[in-house]
Amino acid sequence: MTPLFVTDAPVNALKAALPAHIEVRGVSKMFRVPGGEVVALKDINLSVGAGEFVCLLGPSGCGKSTLLNAIAGFAPPTAGTITVDGRAVKGPGPDRGMVFQEYALFPWMTVAQNIAFGLEIKGQGRAQINQRVAELLETLKLTDFRDRFPKDLSGGMRQRVAIARVLALDPPVLLMDEPFGALDSLTRRSLQDELLRIWAALGKTIIFVTHSIEESIYLADRIVVMTYRPGTIKADIQVSMAHPRDGAAPEFNALKKQLSGLVMEEQSRHEQAELKALTTD
Amino acid sequence: MKRNWVRAIEGLIVPIALLLFWQAVCSLGFVDPRKLPSPIAVGLRWAAYIAPEAPFDAAKDFAPTWIFSGEFFRDAMGSLWRVIAGFVVGAGLALPFGLAMGASDTMYRYLNPLLQVLRPIPPIAYIPLSILWFGLGNPPAIFLIALGAFFPVLINTIAGVRAVDSIYLRAARNLGASQMTIFRRVILPAATPYILSGVRIGIGTAFIVVIVAEMIAVNNGLGFRILEAREYFWSDKIIAGMFSIGFIGLAIDTLVNRLNAHLLRWHRGLDS
Ligand SMILES: Nc1ncnc2c1ncn2[C@@H]1O[C@H](COP(=O)(O)OP(=O)(O)OP(=O)(O)O)[C@@H](O)[C@H]1O
Ligand SMILES: [Mg+2]
Repeated sequence: MTPLFVTDAPVNALKAALPAHIEVRGVSKMFRVPGGEVVALKDINLSVGAGEFVCLLGPSGCGKSTLLNAIAGFAPPTAGTITVDGRAVKGPGPDRGMVFQEYALFPWMTVAQNIAFGLEIKGQGRAQINQRVAELLETLKLTDFRDRFPKDLSGGMRQRVAIARVLALDPPVLLMDEPFGALDSLTRRSLQDELLRIWAALGKTIIFVTHSIEESIYLADRIVVMTYRPGTIKADIQVSMAHPRDGAAPEFNALKKQLSGLVMEEQSRHEQAELKALTTD
Repeated sequence: MKRNWVRAIEGLIVPIALLLFWQAVCSLGFVDPRKLPSPIAVGLRWAAYIAPEAPFDAAKDFAPTWIFSGEFFRDAMGSLWRVIAGFVVGAGLALPFGLAMGASDTMYRYLNPLLQVLRPIPPIAYIPLSILWFGLGNPPAIFLIALGAFFPVLINTIAGVRAVDSIYLRAARNLGASQMTIFRRVILPAATPYILSGVRIGIGTAFIVVIVAEMIAVNNGLGFRILEAREYFWSDKIIAGMFSIGFIGLAIDTLVNRLNAHLLRWHRGLDS
């Protein structure tokens, strides 16, 4: 069997769903905390086109995960609406595959069983499931690990399994919350390339949360920078460089400088807020 | 790592030294043999306890069953049978209650205060009631053993379900799992390490309780035998019986550990 996503291999073997278009309209999210409220998101408007690869960038605590969780349907917003291809998000569903920083693989299932889980829920037949799992194992270079338990895999391998597990259901949208945040830089780069290849081949709409400016420039069509408390959209920047992107290119560095400025402003607001919280206590 | 036989020998040094010391104390006449018989006397009595009572009769005996026809095997089977019956009843009730209390906050709020009051009562304290309710014989013994197994399995099952990492639940919901699927395929396996450690404690407790229960309510089994030996001042048989309990307890624990290690082969930080 040929691997599906190496650049010269035919990619039509995995039937891919059409990517979806996401609309976030006037979304706010408040959290009740002892002695008050935290406004995690305030009046967010964001429209992500079908097949777009968007990075959410910002310092810790600016509401990136909150926004992603709202789109995933785990925690509904306090105000506003979110639609995927015109349908309102009411709860989590397999049309929006979520990849977590902590992998969230089921440790009692082998690699193959983890990947098969969503297909079994969908009620597919054994033969069909086995074939799909075999394809995904091949695509993510996991075939030799199919019967291993997650505890025996490296972080990079675990994240490959987690990606294969959501791809099994062929979701039109991938939501990724700092998926490579815990990986060493070499593993991280190879998974970034893998993801770009999958994206190019299958045409998913991807919302990818990251702290890393370089990662966002390396991956995204579009970078959305968020402000710290309340979480709003500070900047929305198109990236039009061709892939693979060269971290040493002048264009790359100019963008990096611009983004660093934006993110550092929010980072210092974050630090001042923490200092203030300390002194008022 | 040291080789297995080296470790085995290391583990035997202290017991053998103690046995020699014990034998010396007895041989030199420092103690009353009715109170502390020598290890040799205990060993001989133990062998007699284990050996078949009647000599082998080729005409009517079948060799494999004859070998296990001694008093010890009858006692051991009697005790084991009670442990298993009691454990199955106790754990069988504890598991569904524990799963329900772990999964449902309402159940937990209604039942937990009661549980907290009942839990510290040792099964032994139920002996008078159990005789009043069930008379003598196996029923009160099994009731007590079931009680002994019930609480550890219940407490651990509740803790296991409540400790399930919410990220697994989110991942499962994201993949489209229903509540029922999440319960069966996520919560239950995620809680097994806790449940199995409850099972291990529960079997240990059941084994303690069976010895006590046999001392009061029934007339066979390992617990009954050492009490009977005391009535006849057979101190060598008392000690032989105690060692029998020790070895059988060890065998059960080893078996349960093996089973756990197999069921939890996916689990990290396995201690055996
Ligand atoms: N369940 C909650 N209860 C109270 N406050 C919360 C809760 N979840 C998030 N917050 C607050 O909302 C804000 C946004 O949190 P969020 O986790 O979305 O940030 P983030 O951008 O993902 O940060 P990080 O990069 O550290 O993951 C933070 O200030 C956080 O303290
Ligand atoms: Mg986050």
